[in-house]
Amino acid sequence: MAEKTAHPLVRVESLALIAIGGFAGSNLRYFTGFLLPGMFGTLTVNALGSFALGFVLYETLYSGVLAQETRAVVSTGFLSSFTTYSTFALQSSQAPPLWLVANIAANYTLGFTGVLLGRYLAQSVDRRWSND
Amino acid sequence: MIEFDPAHVVGTGGAIGALLRHYVSQLVDVEEYPTGTFAVNVLGSFALGLITFLGADTTLLLLFGTGVCGSFTTFSSFSFETVRLWETGERGRAIGNAGGNLLGAGLAIGLAWGLVQLLG
Repeated sequence: MAEKTAHPLVRVESLALIAIGGFAGSNLRYFTGFLLPGMFGTLTVNALGSFALGFVLYETLYSGVLAQETRAVVSTGFLSSFTTYSTFALQSSQAPPLWLVANIAANYTLGFTGVLLGRYLAQSVDRRWSND
Repeated sequence: MIEFDPAHVVGTGGAIGALLRHYVSQLVDVEEYPTGTFAVNVLGSFALGLITFLGADTTLLLLFGTGVCGSFTTFSSFSFETVRLWETGERGRAIGNAGGNLLGAGLAIGLAWGLVQLLG
């Protein structure tokens, strides 16, 4: 990996960006929990975060305009901290059986759909950009 | 006792969780299967289960639960990696990844619950 051969301070920069992203992402998730308590808040962050990550990572795959530092702060830091699997799993396990099934189905469906919508948006942006 | 701003507590935990996730997923990730995300999701679910069932107080729950475990585990990377496996023709692995994370996290929470019952 190129990262290993780079100057150690380059790594410090990515780590600082990941920490800042983690601070902001977890705070926004916490805030969303006030607006939509319980399973609905978790479902909302997971769906929105999957959509945003889908866009960022497919954009990277298609055109690669975003810098590595941008990806570190946005995807590994902010979006991965904004979404959560542990709270989703714990809330499901503590729900009545019907809600458990519904919560898993909703998170999985909206999470995957979010990624596909992000991919669609990245494709549209990429097409628009290439045509101009 | 000092009163901490909940947002600072969650954010501090979130920053630590994000760094730990970065470190652990780099440590265990392999080419053909997203083992890094699987590892953080299972470990983080176990830890969240443990502190929840132990009945930690509000500030500790915000720091370690909402902050560290919440940020350490991730749903967005899991969704992206599963969709990527599916569209690159690795459909069996995509289904295995979707089911594996769920089963792993569920078992981890069950194990945490069992441990707390055993000790308590």
